[in-house]
Amino acid sequence: MNNRKENRYYQIGAFVLLAIFFVVFMFPFAWMIISSFKTQVDIMAMPPTWIFTPTFKNYTHVFEGQEFGWYIVNSFVVATLATLASLVLGLPAAYGIARSRMHSLGFTILVARIIPGITFLIPWFILFSKLGWIDTIQALVLAHMLVTMPFVVWVMIPFFEAIPSELVEAARVDGCTEQFAFMRVVLPISGPGIITASILAFIFSWNNFMFSVILTGAHTKTLPVAIFGFLSYSEVNWGGLMAAAVLITLPVLILALFTQRYIIRGLTAGAVKG
Amino acid sequence: MSQWVERHLKWVFTMPAVIFIVVMMAFPIMYTGYISLTEWSMSAVEPPKWVGLANYAKLLGSDVRFWKAVLRTFYFTGLALIFETLIGLALAMLLNRDFPGKNLVKTLFLLPMVATPVAIGMVWLLMFEPTIGYLNYLLGVLHLPAQSWIGAQSTALPSLALVDIWQWTPMMSLIMLAGLVSLPNDPYEAAEVDGATAWQTFRHITLPMLRPTIGVAVMLRSIDALKTFDIIYSMTQGGPNYSTETLNIYGYTLGFQYFSLGSASSLLVIFFAIVMGVVIFINWARRGVTA
Repeated sequence: MNNRKENRYYQIGAFVLLAIFFVVFMFPFAWMIISSFKTQVDIMAMPPTWIFTPTFKNYTHVFEGQEFGWYIVNSFVVATLATLASLVLGLPAAYGIARSRMHSLGFTILVARIIPGITFLIPWFILFSKLGWIDTIQALVLAHMLVTMPFVVWVMIPFFEAIPSELVEAARVDGCTEQFAFMRVVLPISGPGIITASILAFIFSWNNFMFSVILTGAHTKTLPVAIFGFLSYSEVNWGGLMAAAVLITLPVLILALFTQRYIIRGLTAGAVKG
Repeated sequence: MSQWVERHLKWVFTMPAVIFIVVMMAFPIMYTGYISLTEWSMSAVEPPKWVGLANYAKLLGSDVRFWKAVLRTFYFTGLALIFETLIGLALAMLLNRDFPGKNLVKTLFLLPMVATPVAIGMVWLLMFEPTIGYLNYLLGVLHLPAQSWIGAQSTALPSLALVDIWQWTPMMSLIMLAGLVSLPNDPYEAAEVDGATAWQTFRHITLPMLRPTIGVAVMLRSIDALKTFDIIYSMTQGGPNYSTETLNIYGYTLGFQYFSLGSASSLLVIFFAIVMGVVIFINWARRGVTA
């Protein structure tokens, strides 16, 4: 029958189309990595070369002056603290909202997603200036938490709602307080949800540019701010720029590759029922 | 004590987060609202001067730069959203079939949205470069005229939209894929029995059933697209000649480069109203379609 043959063409077409999409979406990453091993001369070559003698000079150049190492430390410390603090505040809140069905509060937290971030930045900048907190870790962590804390709550509410309330009731009958039941019964079985929330909170903080560019200074500069600063040189050192881009994105990409299951769940949370 | 904790449990659990929200969000919002009614350049000696609605009147009444920023914001968002939805849907359909290495491919499609936007912006700067960039080389191979991409006023904003499309199409398609996977099987079996073509099946079964998911995806994406900052600021800073200055960029410039906090704050209040309006409109449209 004709239909079967058509189906076969259809399948081949779909495969080719998917392959094209795949190449297009992966190309910038490939070009970033390749260019990071090229000399300025190779980068300038037209037509672009795929075969060349790789150099590590761009990477050693990035680490010259030792500052870049500090930017990595800053980014890591800020992202870790912002994630932990968001979990400490966000997990109980999400649980409280899920258990007592306070959805208006959940909605309030989500308004944070709609409000333009700069709206907060102006008052914070004034407040932090008065406190002498510009260019401090705590100011940056607090600012990043504005993104990460609501996100933790948003991801965790459906997870907590899915936990059968009989489980908590049973613990309560055995004489547990509600806090104890939360710590000993609910949290241990919420592992996947907590991992999802933590990974994405960490990535959002690591990637944050808008808050960091205003609130950081020489001591607390994070990686996105640092790479943006590389641009201000009169002649762009493309190889160095690409090496820095690789160093910034690589931790996130590796984290994403190993935890993709959680990330897909987290990013699509709330969008699809279940 | 523990009795009290038990009775007010929901507040005990949510209190720390609520305090954080009040101090870090509610208070700043009100403060921004207050500043928007004053004129202030963050000077320590001169306090904010009350001017009433003058900042709003100036922005809405006579600031051409503001209105152009409004138009650009919608142009950028609309352009990005149309392609992200269409390509996202196509990609979701393509991924919703079994093939070897499917999981790995799905995983790799995650990367554009988790990669640090500023770093990715630098990579696109290199690819957009008029003389050494890969994109103009590709155009040359296809015998098409070279472009200035982000270097020319007419092409800068669409070029940035292209980066946004690259970044966020996978997100749209992963949401839609999750929706596709959860669709019931029965209508498809019925369609096969009736001898429907692939297109008919897509048009009359998949699309209507997927509509709620597409609606949510479009809403979430439009909220973020309207507020796009990282890619635009890191690649063009609103230039050349303000041609990529969206509301978010203009607000940032007013606040942190001109230190004209009153105007910046009033712009942000209007901006918030616009984003809220879009959310309400999309929600209304979604309800209308379902009903």
